[in-house]
Amino acid sequence: MEATPAGITTAIRKTALNAVHRQMGAKMVEFNGWDMPVEYPAAMGCGIINEHMAVRTGVGIFDVSHMGDIRLAGPQALAAVQHISMNDASRLAVGQAQYSALLYPEGTFVDDVIVHRLGDDEYLLVINAGTREKDFSWVRDHTGEFKCAVENLSDDFTQIAIQGPKAVNLLQKLTDADLSAVKFYWVTRGTLCRLSNILIGRTGYTAEDGFEIYIPADEATGARVWYEILAAGKEFGVVPCGLGARNTLRLEGALSLYGHEISDTINVWEAGLDRFCKMEKQEFVGREALEKAKAAGIKRTLVGLEMVERGIARDGYKVLDGSGSEIGYVTSGSPAPFLKRNIALAYVPPQFAAVGAGVKVEIRGQGVGAVVVPTPFYKRPKKSF
Amino acid sequence: MSYPADRKYTKEHEWIQVNGNAATIGITDYAQQSLGDIVFVETPKVGAELTAGKTFGTVESVKAVSDLFAPATGTVTEVNADLATSPEKVNTDAHGSWMVKLTLKNPGELDGLLSAADYEKFVAEEAGH
Repeated sequence: MEATPAGITTAIRKTALNAVHRQMGAKMVEFNGWDMPVEYPAAMGCGIINEHMAVRTGVGIFDVSHMGDIRLAGPQALAAVQHISMNDASRLAVGQAQYSALLYPEGTFVDDVIVHRLGDDEYLLVINAGTREKDFSWVRDHTGEFKCAVENLSDDFTQIAIQGPKAVNLLQKLTDADLSAVKFYWVTRGTLCRLSNILIGRTGYTAEDGFEIYIPADEATGARVWYEILAAGKEFGVVPCGLGARNTLRLEGALSLYGHEISDTINVWEAGLDRFCKMEKQEFVGREALEKAKAAGIKRTLVGLEMVERGIARDGYKVLDGSGSEIGYVTSGSPAPFLKRNIALAYVPPQFAAVGAGVKVEIRGQGVGAVVVPTPFYKRPKKSF
Repeated sequence: MSYPADRKYTKEHEWIQVNGNAATIGITDYAQQSLGDIVFVETPKVGAELTAGKTFGTVESVKAVSDLFAPATGTVTEVNADLATSPEKVNTDAHGSWMVKLTLKNPGELDGLLSAADYEKFVAEEAGH
């Protein structure tokens, strides 16, 4: 328990795999109120760089149980999902998923989500850890008029991500579901590690092929499945991965992180998520504001930066123009372990956003040279399944 | 990990090895382990003046930025240029990967620093928290 300045005590939350992480010697950190592994020991071939490389070239597994899950089910579930999210859920077949976002009436972000269509009238929204309670209240409050039940299933699952080009080979050893038939951003169900009817999604947050599985939330089941995956993955060089590698992997893929690239003060156009926002569909929360924002034009836009001088851009660092005036800020910055360059995502005015434009990032009081580059920084090689 | 007895240590996790007026500075094995994969080491130039207890450089891992604190006051006589291109050497051999050498202004300053045994006790307590 930690005492806050107000004298209120808040419990640091733990996933069902917490004891497993500690047993493996993971370095633990507090992330959005959760006690989570940031990396596993160098002595077992881990550390952020090794974990990152394993996912790019083989396979790695992550405990992502801190993610939340909201189920909407009932005759008007589709109408409810359409009302609260910006992508077009009517395009989803049963078993299909899409990246989307929940928006405030201002066109800014409540959260980004993956919407899964599990049945004719059943949808599962997978949401971020730091926004679990906020998201659930928001979804409940904005779907009251629809004939559909809204349930918070966040504590019902241990969620494990199996990511990397060898993820399919690893997971196929443990399930009777035919994974080769599951396309990217589709889900299936099958028996997995002797657990029946397990939801398996071909989704992830690493810019790599991979799966996310949803198993019962008890500690014993979580630990058993975690170790069975590691044992089955030995031949593929599987390693456990922490939040450190999760962050560098998603950054190479230029995938947004709530509180960084997207937030309640950033709108869809600024974040460059236009292709996931379907203005042509029916009304949805935020649509009106987005229409106005589009007509007014944007004052800042998200760009990819690569450092061309020696230095590492970090979250919150200022972006400067050639004369040293502040023009924007870094939302996420890090060395990119696979690309072996120092990269960043940053908000800058549109006139500085052209690929090839030179800017500076202020690092410890010095302007250090960077250049605007296309995103994503990393794109996985196309592969036939 | 055992900490070499031929040098002294700070609570900010630097080590300093002294030979007369000359000293060599690096970071400890505990520091490299806490930081994780080290990708960047920035040290002052030859001739720079260091002041005991003040920052003199930066070491960065993939995840974190950390200041280097001078264990003693003095003038930099040499920097380990090798670490600019191979910073990961600090991970593999923290006690062998020195960062700067300097001429001490007042070798007596070092009396307040920790012995290897005391530093080992100190990090055991810190790690236990």
